[in-house]
Order: sequence, then C-alpha cells, then structure tokens
Amino acid sequence: MSKVLRGFTYFFAAVTFAALVWIIGYVLVSGVPHLTADLFSWKYSTDNVSMMPSIITTIYVIGGSLLLAIPFGVFAGFYLVEYAGKNNKWVEGIRIATDTLTGVPSIVFGLFGMLAFVTAAGFQYSLISGILTSAIMVLPLIIRNTEEALMSVKDNLRQASFGLGAGKLRTIFRIVLPIAMPGILSGIILAVGRIVGETAALMYTLGTSTSLPNSIFSSGRTLALHMFVLSSEGFHRDQANATGVILLLVVLVINGLSTWLSQRFTKGGQN
Amino acid sequence: MKQNNMLETVMKYVFMLAAFTSILALLAICYFIFARGLPFMADYGFGQFLFGSKWQPAQEIFGLAPMLIGSLYVTLIAFVLGVPTGVFAAMFMAFYCPPKLHKVLKPAMNLMSGIPSIVFGYFGLQVLVPVIRTFSRSLGIASNGMSIMTAGIILAIMILPTIITMSESSLRAVPKTYYNASVGLGADHDRTSYVIMMPAARSGIFSSIILGIGRAVGETMAVIMVAGNQAIFPRGLFQGARTMTANIILEMAYATGTHQSALIATGAVLFVIILIINGIFAYVKRTGVNY
Repeated sequence: MSKVLRGFTYFFAAVTFAALVWIIGYVLVSGVPHLTADLFSWKYSTDNVSMMPSIITTIYVIGGSLLLAIPFGVFAGFYLVEYAGKNNKWVEGIRIATDTLTGVPSIVFGLFGMLAFVTAAGFQYSLISGILTSAIMVLPLIIRNTEEALMSVKDNLRQASFGLGAGKLRTIFRIVLPIAMPGILSGIILAVGRIVGETAALMYTLGTSTSLPNSIFSSGRTLALHMFVLSSEGFHRDQANATGVILLLVVLVINGLSTWLSQRFTKGGQN
Repeated sequence: MKQNNMLETVMKYVFMLAAFTSILALLAICYFIFARGLPFMADYGFGQFLFGSKWQPAQEIFGLAPMLIGSLYVTLIAFVLGVPTGVFAAMFMAFYCPPKLHKVLKPAMNLMSGIPSIVFGYFGLQVLVPVIRTFSRSLGIASNGMSIMTAGIILAIMILPTIITMSESSLRAVPKTYYNASVGLGADHDRTSYVIMMPAARSGIFSSIILGIGRAVGETMAVIMVAGNQAIFPRGLFQGARTMTANIILEMAYATGTHQSALIATGAVLFVIILIINGIFAYVKRTGVNY
C-alpha cells in the first residue's frame, strides 16, 4: 500500500512538471527562431505584424490601471487594517466583496466593462475602457496583499510610535508603510502579471485595433490580445509563436521580481 | 495641532471611501450584468433559456442547455484529471521533495500559475489538438482534435498550480507533532503522510479544489482555442462543444439587440454559478481547522 502511494506521488509530480517543461519548451523552441528585428519595428502592417504597438499599449494599460488601482487598493488596506475595529461589520462586508471580486472570471469583467464603459459611459472600444476594467479586476489583488503586508507589521512598533507622540497618519506613512512596502509591491507586481496575461476582459473593452492609441479614447491591443488575434486569424503562426516567447519572458521577470520582494519581505517582517 | 487633527479625520474618511470601492465595484458588476440579463430571461422564459436545447441566434432561438452541458463536461474532465494529479503533486511538494529540489520546483510552480491563458490555449491548439486527433483516429473515432477532451486536459493543467500551491501550504500547516507522534507509533513515512497528515489538511485541500473548479468554469481564452465551439450537445469525448464563456466571447463581436441580451444573460448564469462556487469555497474555508 505504501509503495503504491509513493509511486503515485512521484508519478503525478513528474507529470505536473513534465507538462510545465513541455509548454515552456514548446513556446521557446517554436518562438525564438522567429524573433526577428522586424517584429519590433514601430509600425504594424499586414506584411509585417509588428508587436511593438501592442507592447506599448500593454504598458499604457498597465500604467493607467495601476494609477487607479494602487491608491484605492492601498488606502482600502489602510482602512481595513489600521482604522476599522476588529468587530466592525463593514469590514466583513468589504472582505466578502473583495474575495468575491477575486473569484470573478475575466470574461464577466469584460462583459461588465463593455456594458458600463463602452456602452453606458460611451467610451467605445478605448484605452480608458480597458484601463477602468482592468483596474477593477486587479483591485482585490492589491487590497489583499496590502492587508497581509500591514497585518504582518508588529503592533509594538505602532504603539512605540504613538507613545512618542506621532499621530495615526504619521505612524502609517513613516513606520508601518516602509516595513510593509515589499509586500505591497509584490501585490502590485502580481497585478501587472495579471494585466499582461489578460485577454477575455480586454477584448471588448480595449478592442483589438492594430495601431498605437493616440489618446485615451482610441482603441489598441495588448500583447496577449495580439497573440490571440494572430493565432485565430491563422496566417501568422510564426509571429504568434514569437509573441508567446515575449509574453513568457515578461511573466518570468515578473515572477522573479515578486519572489525576490517576498523574500526581502519575510526578512523585514521578522524584526 | 488643530490642523493636523483635521487632516487625520479627512484622511480617515478618504481611506474609508477607498475601502468601499470593492463593494461598489461588485454592486456595479451585478447591476450591469443582471439589469440586462434578467429581463431577457424573464421575457424569453427562464425554463426555455436554461433548458432549451437549440442555440440559433439568427432564428432568435436561445437555448443555453448545450453550453451548460459543455461547461459541465469540460470542467468534469479537468476535475477528474487535475485533482488527483494536483493533490499527489502537492503531497510530493510537502512531504517527499528534497529541499534542494524544492528550491527549484516552488518558483517553477509560481511561474506555471503566471503563464497567461492565451499561451496555454496556443499550446493546446498547436500541440495537443494534433495529438488528440491522431489518438482518436487510431481508436477509429472521427475527430478533428478540437474536443471536450482537449479542453479538459488544458484546463486540468491550468488548475494544477492553484490546487498544488494551496494544498501544499495547508499540508505544511499541519503541526509537526502529528507527524512525530505517528512515526513514534511505528508508522512509516508514506503511511504517516497519507493517513495522518493528508486528512488533517483536508479542508485546505478541498478549498483548493473548489478554487480550481471555479477557475476552470470561468476560463475563456484557452478553451475557445481548443474546444471546437459547436453550439450543440457534445456527442462524445473526442467531439467538440461550446462552453458558456466561449459562447459570450465568440458572438459578442457582432451581436445586437436580443442576441446581445441573450449573451449577457449567458454571462449572468455564469456569474451566478461562480458566486455559488465562491460561496462553497468561503464556507469550506471558514469551517476548516486552524492550527
């Protein structure tokens, strides 16, 4: 019996990591040879399906979403941890709402964004519709990480600060925030990762225009959307493969950063 | 000092307002989805919409049953393949993996959870679809490779990181004293791991599985690339089907009027299913043991 269980354990672990290696290996092997300089030229045309406009659009969407989601998310974390009492009934409500939002599938966010921003607000398929949608999508991620980071800061630090005469705000910004910073940052980085990989929520909010958006009211496409459109059109398999490599690289960098930060974070939190 | 106090008060309310955005966002999502979805369902008839077996937008026939069944089958396959794999792999990560290997595999697992769904879908389309096509033909079944089986396999892979990461951390949260007591009574490592440690972590493992199911039901892009997307009841493991998520994204581009409302209603049904799954998740997590 023991032998069988041990066998299963090793077998399924091997299957899991074999699948991962296969996927990454496939993306790299099929994509790297097609990474040509042309794919990074500034203009997209039907002859040269450059990914540069979509890379820049991705950066716009990330920047815009973070600009909205960070203040709201971090401030919400401040309220939940530093201000609201343990038995505040609103806190429970906010936590439930945040958890629920975390589980909402991207397609539902996309549908909502389309109805609320594209149609009701009249923004059409545009950068602003995409940004608002993805900001709401990553908000729970930032709130959760901020909350956890703040909660891990020891209470005696706050009490020491109060005891020295500092007010609540000063204590939060001067004492608590610096210690919690790596944790909050790693939440922000996770949010970046989520936006980079997003397609379903952006397809009908940001749209899939091939050109670089020239204002927040014009449409564009992110890298992931670019890859989806290329592969569903079916004419540019090689270029889709190459786009996959870039996406994977971005994910790799994001993961590295967040691991590094959370290691720093656990070190800092132990003081 | 006076001015300082005012700033304190103002900021307190600013923080409070920020905290209420998640409630506000959730309410707004519910409002927009249900305000268009529910009236359509009421007009068309709830029963006819949910149990109707034909989806023909051109004839204004909107029966969601094939898509409900499509989502169910695809999720079920992902469950059958993904759960044992995930739980055993989590056991490996928690109790069998040498620490040096763990230092490599843990970041690898994080990387896996960060891979965009479009990349999974693309891998499925280019690699798995031909494999399934050849395999099913070798069994004498006509199939183009885009099938509920293909979608199920891709989803199973996609939910692995969710299941493994959460299960591993709940397995590690079981106190070491349980392990020592069991070994002290003469049980070996395997028996202790599976008979003592795994049951002790069951609520965490269950919640990871529920979370995985939620992810599988809501997944869109990877599924539409490999599932075939025919709006009919799936006729076999190696035949195509369309999920609810795929239904929305495939037709939204050109849908207008009633057709668009029908797609939003599809979203409403999906949303309710996800809310139920989330509710079960929250319940299991809350009733779980905390060490």
